Amino acid sequence: MNLDFERIMPSIPYILEGIPITLQVVGIAAVIGFVLGILLSLMKISKLKPLNWIADFYTSIFRGTPLVLQLMLIYFGSPQLFGVQIDAFEAAFLSFGLNSAAYISEVIRGGIMAVDKGQMEAAQALGVPYKSSMLNIILPQAFKNILPALMNELITLTKESAVVTIIGLGDIMRRSYIVGGETYKFFEPILIAGLIYYVMVMILTIIGKVIEGRMRRSD
Amino acid sequence: MIKIENLHKSFGKLDVLKGIHTSIKEGEVVAIIGPSGSGKSTFLRCLNLLETPTKGQIWIKDKEITTKGIDISKVRENVGMVFQHFNLFPHKTVLGNIIYAPMKVKGISKADAEKQGRELLEMVGLAAKENQYPNKLSGGQKQRVAIARALAMKPEVMLFDEPTSALDPEMVKEVLAVMKSLADSGMTMAIVTHEMGFAREVADRILFLDGGNLIEDASPEEFFSTPKSQRAQDFLEKVL
Repeated sequence: MNLDFERIMPSIPYILEGIPITLQVVGIAAVIGFVLGILLSLMKISKLKPLNWIADFYTSIFRGTPLVLQLMLIYFGSPQLFGVQIDAFEAAFLSFGLNSAAYISEVIRGGIMAVDKGQMEAAQALGVPYKSSMLNIILPQAFKNILPALMNELITLTKESAVVTIIGLGDIMRRSYIVGGETYKFFEPILIAGLIYYVMVMILTIIGKVIEGRMRRSD
Repeated sequence: MIKIENLHKSFGKLDVLKGIHTSIKEGEVVAIIGPSGSGKSTFLRCLNLLETPTKGQIWIKDKEITTKGIDISKVRENVGMVFQHFNLFPHKTVLGNIIYAPMKVKGISKADAEKQGRELLEMVGLAAKENQYPNKLSGGQKQRVAIARALAMKPEVMLFDEPTSALDPEMVKEVLAVMKSLADSGMTMAIVTHEMGFAREVADRILFLDGGNLIEDASPEEFFSTPKSQRAQDFLEKVL
């Protein structure tokens, strides 16, 4: 196998500059996905049927179509959707966030259902209102159980963010592709992109383990 | 203190309570006994609206809690409950379990809540355990913490739903001892129990439920020595 990293050496800083862009997209998308995911999961377990239907419908749409299609719909459709052309960065975190919310809501719903129903009864029997019971008693226990699944979702999000290449956002993937185009060497820059993604995922994995360890203090 | 009129509860087609009339006086300790499936737990859970009655009325301190639009949380503040499976919050320490509701619901300061919490732990004999997590405690200790947690809201009525049924035999005593001292202090209590000895010793009145009906309402001496109904006689024959 002949590998020639020398030719692309000068372009490596250019590729590395994609890291903050990827991180920003993933970070904002993760927050949107998490907050909206909690909201959707609460709608799914609500006693009000219309809320169940709305949340289930939302999930079915975002799980039932490809992510890259959602990204393109939001990016190219934004003039018709919002009346303005949003930039690639906004389209990226919006579509990833909305998509992620659908998956996260299912994970959280499962986590809430797995908490013993005696916990809610105990909180309510003490006169604690539903909202506080959910926030202080049920959700912390649910999160402890679903942390590995949430980390998994964050890792998926980090890697899947590479599809923004298609709408021209200068993330890690896009930049290594551009370097490939300039140097006529695709293998090496894309290998470097792969290494960067791998390291990022490893760091996330370690962070996840640390948080998990802390949350298991009460066991 | 508590008045119950024509209380019905059904789950779908299943009628669990078929019209219960009774009352509980202030400071009275009432043991609710009966075969499994007789509706005794459901009856107890109606008293703090963990189950919504299908029909009938309940008053607590002259306030009807079964009217529409009542603030259920307000009602529950005043009615403590102890569960068969403890239901301690596993992510909070022993003291954290006790101070949570007084701080959240009554808005008292952390310092005051902790001071009161420590007094309650002292009372149930677990002062040394305040920083432990529930998973580190034995069943009997968990249940005593659960009693302290309920008392932290300063309720006027305490409901016990089979508080010793999930305990190893050697731990039953320590929990019953705490309940007895609570009864002696004048707390109004309704206890669903299978501990006949305890019911006989501590209760002022026995309610015997069978098939969703209140079959007997008598003093312990009367109930245990000369039960009136055939069903109570059969039941006692099996359990005593």
